[in-house]
Amino acid sequence: MTNAPVEAIEVARAQPYPGAPDNWKRFFTFSTDHKVIGIQYIVTSFFFFLVGGLFSMVMRGELITPEADLIDRTVYNALFTMHGSVMLFLWTFPVLVGIGNYLVPLMIGARDMAFPRLNAVSFWLIPVVGVLMIGSFLAPGGPSQSGWWAYPPVSLQNPSGSLINGQVLWLLAVAISGVSSIMGGVNFVTTIFRMRAPGMGWFRMPAFVWSVLAAQLIQLYGLPSLTAGAVMLLLDITAGTSFFAPERGGNPVLYQHFFWFYSHPAVYVMVLPVFGIFSEVIPVHARKPLFGYRVIAVSSILITFISATVWVHHMFASATPSWMRILFMVTSMLVGVPTGIKIFGWVATLWGGKIRLTTPMLFAIAGFVNFVFAGITGIMLASVPIDIHVNNTYFVVGHFHYVIYGTIVYGIYAGLYHWFPKMTGRMYYEGLGKVHFALTLLGTNLTFWPMHPLGLMGMPRRVASYDPEFAFWNVIASLGGFLLGISVLPFILNMVSSWVQGEKAGDNPWRAIGLEWLTSSPPPVENFEEIPTVISGPYGYGKDEPLVATKGSVALGEA
Amino acid sequence: MKFRAIATLTIYAGLTIAISIWMAKESYSWFPPEATAEAKLIDDLFSLFTGLGTAILLGVLGPVVYSLIFHRVSKYDPSDGPHIEGNVTLEVIWTIVPVVLVLGLSFASFSAYEKMNLRGSLDLVHLHLPQMMDSAYAAPFDETPQEEIKDSLQQAAPKEIEVTARQWAWVFRYPDQDVTSTELHLPVNSRVRLALRSEDVIHGFYVPAFRIKQDIVPNHRMELEFTPTRVGQYRLRDSLFSGTYFAANQADVVVQSPEDYQQWLADAASQPLTAAYNPAATEYARATEQTAVLRGWASVVPAPPPVVNYSSQTVPKSPPA
Repeated sequence: MTNAPVEAIEVARAQPYPGAPDNWKRFFTFSTDHKVIGIQYIVTSFFFFLVGGLFSMVMRGELITPEADLIDRTVYNALFTMHGSVMLFLWTFPVLVGIGNYLVPLMIGARDMAFPRLNAVSFWLIPVVGVLMIGSFLAPGGPSQSGWWAYPPVSLQNPSGSLINGQVLWLLAVAISGVSSIMGGVNFVTTIFRMRAPGMGWFRMPAFVWSVLAAQLIQLYGLPSLTAGAVMLLLDITAGTSFFAPERGGNPVLYQHFFWFYSHPAVYVMVLPVFGIFSEVIPVHARKPLFGYRVIAVSSILITFISATVWVHHMFASATPSWMRILFMVTSMLVGVPTGIKIFGWVATLWGGKIRLTTPMLFAIAGFVNFVFAGITGIMLASVPIDIHVNNTYFVVGHFHYVIYGTIVYGIYAGLYHWFPKMTGRMYYEGLGKVHFALTLLGTNLTFWPMHPLGLMGMPRRVASYDPEFAFWNVIASLGGFLLGISVLPFILNMVSSWVQGEKAGDNPWRAIGLEWLTSSPPPVENFEEIPTVISGPYGYGKDEPLVATKGSVALGEA
Repeated sequence: MKFRAIATLTIYAGLTIAISIWMAKESYSWFPPEATAEAKLIDDLFSLFTGLGTAILLGVLGPVVYSLIFHRVSKYDPSDGPHIEGNVTLEVIWTIVPVVLVLGLSFASFSAYEKMNLRGSLDLVHLHLPQMMDSAYAAPFDETPQEEIKDSLQQAAPKEIEVTARQWAWVFRYPDQDVTSTELHLPVNSRVRLALRSEDVIHGFYVPAFRIKQDIVPNHRMELEFTPTRVGQYRLRDSLFSGTYFAANQADVVVQSPEDYQQWLADAASQPLTAAYNPAATEYARATEQTAVLRGWASVVPAPPPVVNYSSQTVPKSPPA
């Protein structure tokens, strides 16, 4: 650093720790700065988003004709397995952990996460998971072909005969991903409980922080179940135990309980932070406080509890007795209540506001409207008689893609555009952002809407070939899928070129209220020169009341 | 001003209701034909959900679109909107309405489910909760029973048909006549009872026109009861992913008049056992001969084609539903 040019000294405050590289190289180090780790998570997982997207486009290529003619059936089965696994374990979970990592300490006025080294370790496990998942394509017999559920007995069948096979690597990857997520969960929960700035009482916390807390609590109670199921399955394959193997007296339905006990709440682990993003983005761009903030905050925690009691709705067609079907139907439908509260709150926030249709706002609004549609089909799926018909058909595939793509990916885009100026100090190109939005909206509906009529007509999911009567809607879905693939190009172009040479954004281009907007863009290593003292609620739009005490004044006491 | 708001609201509400009713009626056309009495119950229920769902979607979409059109500001207007933090009355209403709605829909689903009387894994019910469910089975009907189900239940106990699923074929056996077949033949308007069994992995018995699905778990005895009401040919599909040739694991289901059904049973009983055409086995054999580069990965070897009394020598050919 002795001969460092003047510019380098000026931006030295952006260094993660003294002596660390102050350029792009810091993103390739074992940094303990939550902001660096956040961006490491986001960029790494976005790479896997593209990988998973490529898999899905090959699948849509196969499905554009009824016959299995593009790729071998085993390849198709491997692709849908890896598409789901990569999208969940390497894109949706990590990217949201990344956004949470970046924002939570800034939003609660902390200098970093509670356990910075643990944080770095959780991130660096993600590339390991990625290498195992992608590397399994080279394993004897190819990657796992049993779907991302890995239901035994199909997942126990090992036609390659090799001990190191795709399914074993897949299970290892899932277990490591689980360890990473548990470490992240411990870190987030501790940070939110213990590291809030003076004056930031529970009901002065931004809704995003509430939703991250709610999501990470699910990780803590749910993941042990999935990890246990994965380890037992691994032992069944490698050591010949008989937890789930029916021919040795095991019970394959038991695995389904272990799997869904976590994997249904996992949907809320992903969607809750996105609800949080909607709750942040909409007030800023509508210039109005979040309507019913307290109820929206508490509804996140309600979802944490209700989501623990709904998992059997994935098993209505399994060997599930009637009393269980009915009980879990009622609990599953009840999830509609806290989510409904949020949706009505967002609509009321828009109402009478001063709305600016920026790119993040467009994604947020379209995201929650898509979610309303997904919620309606979700309530249909919760109803036992309807589910008995549409369970395991394309109706389900359409429903959950409206959640995972239409809602969660939209929320991720909204969050990335909204906080891009904070993360980089530069503004993205609004025009390109709107092109990206238009292509995404069109692509989403063309791809996933036709799946609903297909499911009602009786087309099962996970098929490499289908009957000619399903061809029409499949062609449309395939064309939409290719469009969705193209839609990421303006996004990549926008992010890269804006980061390199975008207009300087200033510290608070949206005139937003929130601790993260009080510090510089990008924030210095320690986030705040002085830890602020919070003196009012998080959404003070339309009234003249400062969020924090002015420097030197006495704190007004805890809220 | 207030008059205009009320008028707009009334017109929009009327429109929403009209569209919802239309969608609810339209929803029947999205399904394959109703070939069982149970299908009617499910389609009615789905129609109710569609109507309410449409109303909710439009109810949310209306205010959003209205706001986006009329509450926009110019780039250079720096002012904030009104500082409204919430409204307790509204929040209470929009908590109670969904609660009532989902409880109502749960109840509607429950009563439809009871009328269907599918059995599913009935043995398990008694294993777990004999007291609670006995009463429910003793009186499964309210005042508006599905006549076909009620009538067929009052007939003699249905003859059981054994269904065997394997990787990747379906075999149906009629124990009284000792007839085996790769096509499922059923008599119209009488109660059918299937005993489902899997030889290897979990399969799913699914006939879209029947709206009925049941996973078949190895080592579990599964029962399924329903009442076919429409003569015709339908498609049975494997609904739970069962490995490489999962998509090709299909069979034809033929619903016949009682006379035709008895005739078919008698004819089939006199036929010698022959190997059926099996798409999975055929495709696997072809793939093994193939020397092309892109052959995919190792697959579980399909079971040999089933040897049965009655079989078709082509892929399932039931007409588009």
